Amino acid sequence: MRRGIGAAEFGRDFTSPGIFGARMSDFLRDYLNVVWFAVAALAIGGLLLGLAAAIRPSFPSAEKNIAYESGVDPVGMGWSQSQIRYYVFALLFVIFDVEAVFLFPWAANIERYGTFGLVVMLIFIVLLLDGLVYAWKRGLLRWV
Amino acid sequence: MNTTFLEYVVFFAASVMMLGGAIGVVTMKNPVHSALGLVLTLFGVAVQFVAQEAHFLAAVQVIVYAGAIVVLFLFVIMLLGVDRAVDLSIEPIKIQRPLAAVMAVGLVALITAAVIEAGDAIGTLNPGTGIDTATVEDPDSNIQQLAQNLYNDHVLAFELTSVLLIVAVVGTVLMTRKWPKRSADEGSEVGA
Amino acid sequence: MLAIDPLGTGGWLWTSLLIMIGKVLVIFVVSLVATMLMIWGERKIVSGMHNRVGPNKAGPWGIMQSLADGIKAFFKETFRPSKSDPFLYKLAPYLMFIPAFLIWAVIPLGGDFTDGKDGTVTIFGQVTRVQLADPQVGILFVLAMSSIAVYGVMLAGWASGSKYPLLGAVRGSAQMISYEAALGLSLAAVLLSSGSLSTARIVQTQDSFVDWNLVATGIVPFAIFLVATTAELNRPPFDLVEAEQELVSGFNTEYGGIAFALFFLAEFMNVITMSGVIVTLFLGGPQPIAGIDIPFIPGAIEGTIWFVLKLLVFLYVYIWLRATLPRLRYDQLMDFGWKVLIPVALGWFLLLAALRQFSPDGTFADSLRVTAICVVVGIASIALFYAALQVSRRNRERAAAPQQEGSPV
Repeated sequence: MRRGIGAAEFGRDFTSPGIFGARMSDFLRDYLNVVWFAVAALAIGGLLLGLAAAIRPSFPSAEKNIAYESGVDPVGMGWSQSQIRYYVFALLFVIFDVEAVFLFPWAANIERYGTFGLVVMLIFIVLLLDGLVYAWKRGLLRWV
Repeated sequence: MNTTFLEYVVFFAASVMMLGGAIGVVTMKNPVHSALGLVLTLFGVAVQFVAQEAHFLAAVQVIVYAGAIVVLFLFVIMLLGVDRAVDLSIEPIKIQRPLAAVMAVGLVALITAAVIEAGDAIGTLNPGTGIDTATVEDPDSNIQQLAQNLYNDHVLAFELTSVLLIVAVVGTVLMTRKWPKRSADEGSEVGA
Repeated sequence: MLAIDPLGTGGWLWTSLLIMIGKVLVIFVVSLVATMLMIWGERKIVSGMHNRVGPNKAGPWGIMQSLADGIKAFFKETFRPSKSDPFLYKLAPYLMFIPAFLIWAVIPLGGDFTDGKDGTVTIFGQVTRVQLADPQVGILFVLAMSSIAVYGVMLAGWASGSKYPLLGAVRGSAQMISYEAALGLSLAAVLLSSGSLSTARIVQTQDSFVDWNLVATGIVPFAIFLVATTAELNRPPFDLVEAEQELVSGFNTEYGGIAFALFFLAEFMNVITMSGVIVTLFLGGPQPIAGIDIPFIPGAIEGTIWFVLKLLVFLYVYIWLRATLPRLRYDQLMDFGWKVLIPVALGWFLLLAALRQFSPDGTFADSLRVTAICVVVGIASIALFYAALQVSRRNRERAAAPQQEGSPV
């Protein structure tokens, strides 16, 4: 472990006292940058949208605010029912997403679990593939 | 590991996210807004997982719950069509409100009991000490411990997960069995 | 070996704070400028492929075109449809824009990874990575962000309260989640050979050409990943979300001015970040090609040069795909995702796992045997299943026959 090389040799004097405590915990060191980055992205997005809202012309009228429907007045409500086949794909996605998540720790540690692990994973994957085959054979994956 | 001021900030920010989201789920009139409140809650949970150094669980929380399950909810909401506002005064299941009240009281009692029971530990434990700190130095410790649990200690439960998932597929197939015929009649992609 | 960023260990120093801020600012500005150049470059290269001139007025070679478009977008009047959902309509651009940025945080942008070095650099006495953050599960962070981006598409379309955006959004989100499944499964193959979820460590394990995951996992996961990201990014030939001939502009039809520009920016930034992810996962990130050492340049900067070179290849590939391939039909798209990519990804994963398990030293006979077992087991299970289906269908037909009505599937 070569942790804290910089700190040991350099800049002990600059250690900030007070609110940050003696040592930043690992999770803060890992994710604080990400949070700042997100804040920066949020700020630039907000800045662009806010600035544009301030300087652009705005002459609203009822006609302008009609939803676009190829130039004619919209028919019915904008929020209409979608079809059930989207639901089917979303459900299958949940299943394969969960499967992928279960694969990751095993794939990263494959040497540890040997043949037993392989058999376990084979059963797991084949069972789920059977689910896909079943849905396929019943025509659920058929569009139109 | 010392508990720093920033850790408290993270904890309370995440808690506010979770509670705010949860209240939003219940109070929002529009189901899509409710679903987004749920996403906020799940995000707060993910932040709490990160604060407990459960990185893998945090990522999974976002990928599976926010990325897949709430998307599924949204598809269901769009499937139902949000126009058909349901009158809240009509009860489809008569007993559900009293039942919900009983459940809520029971849940509060359970949590209170747990807090009282664990009261001694709360003062002494710092955030992040719940896990084996000896292995935290190894960057991949998280995944290794999880793998040990999944593929060795609880391998039967792991296999049963796949059975559960396949039951979900079969259920979907049964529920939506007739849809290829129906869609041929309607023709349009979104029936207005 | 350390995988988390060593910056800030041992004490909270002002120098490390400054380096942190510096990294955030540099990556932020560079990513924005790179995105603008990418938009210009794409227009220029596509017009070259079409025998057109392309943007050539704003600045030399029209290089300021994106900036000019951006400035124009500021001054455009925007309308929000009266039936739209005000809160979500405003939220959606952020949901596209922020995840697109955040993926930058976990991509190793440089550093010296040669000869087993761990890719850290020393600035002002602080040891750090040329990477904003290196969480333990860096690569899952990418997946998480791309699953948040689905909400951007879905809510933008839904909140508009208009038909075309809704159609585009439902189609688009169904497409994105379908290919995200394939994305995750092909990723598992990478983990098999790298053994870690941290992006820096994945790069570290690819320290020679044969160790590049492109080679080490066979070409298949790479191909699946490339196709799946193309679909995930809604790039041609998978741009059904905004199929102009059918859906006007898809999910962002009702957006104008700077809000539309944000969607546009996010889309192109995603192209760059996803190319970066591909380079990291399969082509060794900042690792040099064939061990070439550029003279007179320190190792850390050399890493960045290699990374950018590899990145440019993929950016060109995406533009090339756009200019070459016609758009898929929606049913073809779904068929391709579910009936080809996902089964192939899973099968290949099992094959690789078996090979790795039984022949870590590479004895060929072992791997052959294992392959055979895999194939036999797979075929047997599918055959069994098919037989079961046949039986159930026959039973159902027999049961349904007397009534002469109903719809047997």
